Amino acid sequence: MGAQQIIGAAVTLLGTAFLFLGALGIVRMPDLYNRMQAGTKATTLGNLLTLLGLGILQPAWLVKLALIALFVLVTNPISSHALARAAYRSGVPLADVTVRDEYPEALQEHGEA
Amino acid sequence: MVDLLLDLALSLAAGAALLAVYRLLMGPGAASRAVAMDVLSLIIMPMMAGYALYSGRMIYLDVALVYGILSFLGVTSLARYADKGV
Amino acid sequence: MDIVTLFNLEDLLICAVILVAALGAVLHRNLLAAVVFAGVVSLAVSYLFLRLSAPDVAMTEAAIGAGITTVIFLIAVRRTEEVEREEP
Repeated sequence: MGAQQIIGAAVTLLGTAFLFLGALGIVRMPDLYNRMQAGTKATTLGNLLTLLGLGILQPAWLVKLALIALFVLVTNPISSHALARAAYRSGVPLADVTVRDEYPEALQEHGEA
Repeated sequence: MVDLLLDLALSLAAGAALLAVYRLLMGPGAASRAVAMDVLSLIIMPMMAGYALYSGRMIYLDVALVYGILSFLGVTSLARYADKGV
Repeated sequence: MDIVTLFNLEDLLICAVILVAALGAVLHRNLLAAVVFAGVVSLAVSYLFLRLSAPDVAMTEAAIGAGITTVIFLIAVRRTEEVEREEP
């Protein structure tokens, strides 16, 4: 009872800390692509850790929580990838401190342009 | 101990949601706002699951599941629209 | 009766988010941003319904608000202009 509850609460707290850091990255980063990098990756990890912590706290719900976690793990990279691609194609500018942009070269190599 | 940790976790999640709302209001252009909405839906889903644990009713988890599915649909259709139209 | 006893602090925060996002959806000129604001309104309303212990209403709100109306609004925006004109 005791140790398991404390471990579950600690994992939940770790997950929400990642959620907070991801949201902080959303606010602090200079352009859209950096924001998306900070936001979606850290937030996906925080989401999964929080669901895992809740599953440790209440083991009877572990199957349904794992279903939600699996769904997040599958769909969130797809949606953020589609969003980044659409933003690049519709001409959202890069930040001034950007060093290198390899996307046009890669498009030329594969003959798509 | 456990209650303290969970209260702290709820405060952190609420703070994260407020930061995402700040970016939603300030963000230049529709694309930044779409990213903020994506992050906000990822923050709300564990909050829904945590509220399910707090109130002890398993049916609340279904809301989180349905919300995850449909926010994916919304964000992806938004991206498709900005790319080449629905 | 004091309002803080009716709703606790987190409910009031959710209500503030709903109000701000709805104002953004109404006042914003860029219609894509307005669609995003409308999605956030339905997200916060869904969580508020969940906290008021109405899971079926919350599920319906999530399905209709986050999924269907976003797609329908996007189809509607495609047939008009993306940025609203200034008043003449």
